[in-house]
Amino acid sequence: MPKLKPPVRTPHIDMTPMVDLFSVLLIFLLLTASFRPSEATVITSPNSVSEKQAPDKDIMTIIINKDGNIFFNIDNGKDSAKHTRVDVLTQMGKQYNITFTPKELNYFGHLASFGMPMVDFRKWLNTTDSKEKERLQTGIPTDSVNNQPSQLFFWVRFSRLANPNAEVAIKGDGGANYKKVKLVMDLLQENKVNKFNLVTNLEKQEVTLKDLPK
Amino acid sequence: MAEIIEQEKGKKGGKRRPKKQSTRIDMTPMVDLMCLLITFFMLTTAFSKPKVMVITMPEKTTEKEPEVKIAAWRTLNILLTGDDLVYYYTGEANPKKPPLPTLIKSDFSKDGIRKVLLEKNKDLFRQITEYRDKRVSGKLLVADTTAESAIKKMKKEDMKGPIVLIKADDKAKYRDVVNIIDEMAICNIASYAVVDIFPIELEMLKTAPK
Repeated sequence: MPKLKPPVRTPHIDMTPMVDLFSVLLIFLLLTASFRPSEATVITSPNSVSEKQAPDKDIMTIIINKDGNIFFNIDNGKDSAKHTRVDVLTQMGKQYNITFTPKELNYFGHLASFGMPMVDFRKWLNTTDSKEKERLQTGIPTDSVNNQPSQLFFWVRFSRLANPNAEVAIKGDGGANYKKVKLVMDLLQENKVNKFNLVTNLEKQEVTLKDLPK
Repeated sequence: MAEIIEQEKGKKGGKRRPKKQSTRIDMTPMVDLMCLLITFFMLTTAFSKPKVMVITMPEKTTEKEPEVKIAAWRTLNILLTGDDLVYYYTGEANPKKPPLPTLIKSDFSKDGIRKVLLEKNKDLFRQITEYRDKRVSGKLLVADTTAESAIKKMKKEDMKGPIVLIKADDKAKYRDVVNIIDEMAICNIASYAVVDIFPIELEMLKTAPK
């Protein structure tokens, strides 16, 4: 008589609850995800008590980094049929006599913030080297040449024309000089923007009646 | 993708039964994939959305507008000059009308400029805080928008609080300006403005106590 063998069992763990949990997590993350766009520069925003959220769409951002270099970003707006970024770049091309190929324009439509003189613009669009891309981002010039308004002025102007509903946000580094910020604000006011959103980090501060001096 | 594992069975003689197939599905690859996806999303999501602080600047016009006279005792001038230093004085600095006011040194700490602002804005601050407390404790049930407009109305009707003029020189950092505007929000200051610094004030800063 053959020996009785215990039946060979493959060790099985019931993974169903784990899969359930993962699915829930995954769905949650998928729904809440907003991809972090690659920023042109590193910004440490100052703190404030403001709890107002920055708008998701229709926002034009002017970024001022610690060294006072200026970067720019505009989104394509709520209406996905519009190509605000492409329009703006086409206008900028016309202004500075640079012709962009449809491929370049299309590519630019998907990017985020940028900051370089118009001279280097095509070079920046066409290079695939990320280090080279970084090196070219030297900030948008704010000085006027030959009695012409500065390049930043035109970026703002054409963005305003392409998307008049866009709000303006200033994302400045805490360590940036106020002089530079003031310059940007003046330039915006020349473009009839009088309401700014200053991007800040939330830091709660509690002041109660007890703090009132007697 | 799914692979059905048959459970091994010891062969036994006897009646032939139709093979029983287990309905277990190997979920390991699925779990692997999900893990990867979750990790990826966790790393790429920006959880905290940036907050914004709204400021509205007066429109710039080329036409000369009649200057608005404001009571000197209500004006509080705050001068920013970097290094976390804050100077303030009340009234106006007019070289034609000496003596010049003296600058008082302060800072951004809790007992610094905030105390000055609270002292000057006592009545309005109390009014607004009491209103908010009432809402929090549930004694007053109003919608957010109603509360906002009520607070706005209180600010508008306030006739005793300071009118703060914020002036920053070239050495000031952006952080200082944001901090001081933030301080206005904390202390519920009804009227404030960021304006250009006067030459006389630059002179005053030079001789200010360090």
